[in-house]
Amino acid sequence: MIGLPHFLMLAGVLFSIAVAGIFLNRKNLIVLLMCIELMLLAVNFNFIAFSRWHHDLAGQVFVFFILTVAAAESAIGLAILVVLFRERRSINVDNLHTLRG
Amino acid sequence: MLITILFYLFSAILIGSALGVVLSRNPVHAALFLVLAFFNSAALWLLLEAEFLGIVLVLVYVGAVMVLFLFVVMMLDINVAQLREGFTKHAPLGALVALIMVGEVFYVVWVRHLGLSLPLDAPVWPADVSNTKALGAILYTDYLLPFELAAVVLLLAIVSAIVLTMRRRPGLKKQDISAQVAVRRADRVRLVKVASEKRS
Repeated sequence: MIGLPHFLMLAGVLFSIAVAGIFLNRKNLIVLLMCIELMLLAVNFNFIAFSRWHHDLAGQVFVFFILTVAAAESAIGLAILVVLFRERRSINVDNLHTLRG
Repeated sequence: MLITILFYLFSAILIGSALGVVLSRNPVHAALFLVLAFFNSAALWLLLEAEFLGIVLVLVYVGAVMVLFLFVVMMLDINVAQLREGFTKHAPLGALVALIMVGEVFYVVWVRHLGLSLPLDAPVWPADVSNTKALGAILYTDYLLPFELAAVVLLLAIVSAIVLTMRRRPGLKKQDISAQVAVRRADRVRLVKVASEKRS
């Protein structure tokens, strides 16, 4: 019988994989953005599972807003990435040290 | 029984494609694995009776955001080998952190299992309730102000993406239509009186 713990566990595993991905691909800005998308997906899983468990649609409304903000975030992030590549000819995170105080 | 099999099938593909996103060598493959992950999440959300959000995930995420990712990945000429430096160096640390987090989540949700039961076999919503209709009913009443703020956030994203990527290149030859239309005869034509010469 599949229950709420199964979904919470799945979301936890997904989130941990995304965190490990941020550790592994710490130079590649595109894969970092993809890992953030995976984390948001894991959080959305929790919201939807709890929404069904509590029999309350507010969780799904939250997921709707998270999807909106995530789409805006990835659009702006990719725009910054394109500008960065145009300036530096690379998307290596190690090259981004001009703002160091 | 069927729902159990479907849950494990979709979850296995979801975890596998998430690992593919994290571990794949080529960013294009990572983006395609992320598409697969979104598809399986949409299927799992359908199992959780969140039909509207499952379809929105496919339409908005796979249809728009991932196409944007693929477009950017393929447009930029990325030196993958250079970006892979330090991958194996940080692998043990990343795996350790991920394992600790999975262990903690496992302890909280699974071992200490506070009677959280959510049998998926019986639907919690009646069959004649439309998920989209119910969501719309509370989205346009209780959550009207957040909904409009979300629209403002999207507008902000559009404007900022355009402003960030727009550039003015000096010395670019382009037509100025209004200047072309507003031109007068006096600006272009000059009548010159030339005296005729006599043949000698």
